[in-house]
Amino acid sequence: MELLYVICVGVTTFCGVFLCLRGRTFSVVVGLTMLSYAVNLFLFSSGRLSLNGAAILGMSDSYADPLPQALVLTAIVIGFAMIAFVVILSIRARADLGNDLVDGRDPPDTGKLIKSNRAKL
Amino acid sequence: MMSHLPMLPILIPLLGGLMMLLPPYVGADNYARRRIASLALILLQIGCAIWLLLTVSRDGAMLYALGDWQPPFGIILYADGLAAMLVLLTSVLGLGITLYSCSGTDREGKYFHPLIQFQLLGIYGAFLTNDLFNLFVFFEVLLIASYTLLIHGGGKHRTAANVHYVILNLIGSSLFLIALGTLYGTTGTLNMADMSLRIAALSESQAVIAQTGGALLLIVFGLKSAMLPLHFWLPRTYEAATAPVAALFAIMTKVGVYCIYRVFTVVFGSEAGQLADMALPWIWPLAILSIAAGTLGVLASPNLRTLTGNLVIVSVGTLLVAFALRTPEATAAGLYYLIHSTLISAALFLIADMVGLQRGKAFDRFVLARRVQHQSLLGIMFFVAALSIAGLPPFSGFLGKLVILQSVTEAGDKVLIWSAILISSLAGIVALSRAGTTLFWRHPVSKDTSDTETISSWKVTGTTLLLSTSILLVIFGGHVLEYTNQAAIQLHDVQLLLDVMNLGGTAP
Repeated sequence: MELLYVICVGVTTFCGVFLCLRGRTFSVVVGLTMLSYAVNLFLFSSGRLSLNGAAILGMSDSYADPLPQALVLTAIVIGFAMIAFVVILSIRARADLGNDLVDGRDPPDTGKLIKSNRAKL
Repeated sequence: MMSHLPMLPILIPLLGGLMMLLPPYVGADNYARRRIASLALILLQIGCAIWLLLTVSRDGAMLYALGDWQPPFGIILYADGLAAMLVLLTSVLGLGITLYSCSGTDREGKYFHPLIQFQLLGIYGAFLTNDLFNLFVFFEVLLIASYTLLIHGGGKHRTAANVHYVILNLIGSSLFLIALGTLYGTTGTLNMADMSLRIAALSESQAVIAQTGGALLLIVFGLKSAMLPLHFWLPRTYEAATAPVAALFAIMTKVGVYCIYRVFTVVFGSEAGQLADMALPWIWPLAILSIAAGTLGVLASPNLRTLTGNLVIVSVGTLLVAFALRTPEATAAGLYYLIHSTLISAALFLIADMVGLQRGKAFDRFVLARRVQHQSLLGIMFFVAALSIAGLPPFSGFLGKLVILQSVTEAGDKVLIWSAILISSLAGIVALSRAGTTLFWRHPVSKDTSDTETISSWKVTGTTLLLSTSILLVIFGGHVLEYTNQAAIQLHDVQLLLDVMNLGGTAP
């Protein structure tokens, strides 16, 4: 179970980071969402994984740590609000700047720059 | 009532901010009521902060257990000399910018005053809490308020800057949570005092994981405080924000610096066993490089707001140098410098706005433009702020830099730190005098200035309040330094924190 969990968190984080590095706001927002999923899963696992564990003392033989569950709940609420904000902000940026690029303008086309320089030589 | 004192700086802006969203205050026509309420609230916060500061310096550090869940289980607010001082600093800054914004900036958006209150709430909370997860929550409170405040007033430029700022900080928040998960997973606690006990007792394999968590925390705090490789967002963001907002943001980088001071002294300090002073090898070069990068930025800035933004980076570098020396004397010097640099860079943002509004399209860029109308008033303000921030006597910057330079004891460090700070000061003087001559003295000879705005007295009052602290900090320099000394000793004395928390010596 641990291995599966670790792979899930790792792959989600990887995808999240990759998407955050993209140039357009849509992929960045999706990336931030995936990153926050990964973070929530990771936080949950910080109290160790256990099956059939009760969170209240005196209820069963094995116990699960209740604190990470509370932390995850807080993190989900905050993360959700922040994602909602960034979605609205991206739409606003699309309207204000006239494109959906994070920088608000096209990146300089390096291929073209090099070619024109070569043509001069 | 006395025992609830540490909670008051958080409750007042929370309830006050909510109150201003309700009928008698909400609505476009009721802005006058909002201003009165906002000023009353901020005065109340200053009163509270002074009370807290006096109580703390008389009776020692205070502990407030939320819901009466005693440490290490509950969320703990911990008011010591450092926290009380920073709460007072924030509220004074809040008063300055609220006064300034009453000139009309607050009417550019509907919710300016409530948002300022929420922003202050987040900052107070971050200073007062002693629980790492709670620190995260207060960070988010101050961040969501800052996201909306940054876009206050609208416009293309602000939206573009805000997109970068929000995305960067959301990634920062994710890293913060990963760091917290890692630290909780290894130490099993989130209370800073308890964590400092347990981190020393970790096994080798666990300590490596905790070190990763600590390093991630350093990245997060470095991002907030604009430490070197993470500082690129700052000048652009501060330049885009409305003047009072940019001035309020002057304290936000200091929140990051404060967290570095607190966490890497208490949790990863000299008592942390294998992880003792783990951040030092990183902070040393980064601090010096921050000063260097900030100085280059100061010299290259095309306008006054960007210049001030780069001066903020220099001050962050200087503060990190004071942290890296790891003696209570250096920390005390750093705290004095922190008060000074926050208030003066805030004032400089406000001055840039006032000057800019009188220069037409050129705004605060260093180009030939129409003559500034209130030349003597604005000139004197700029002169005081510039002398102060560059570190010339008789203002607070001189004293602040002097005590930091004096607190360096080792000869090897002396060469590096003295040259870094002095060269950056020199570059600051050059850049600021160039800025001053262009802004005030270079203008076409006869040009009609009748259509420029006059300066509202609200703006002058707010800025003067912030500038006068520079002189007060010198006149009462002895008392302030004595106080910061006590606060620094309190911060470095981890055993005292454990005693206040009733955790002393009960390590598992």
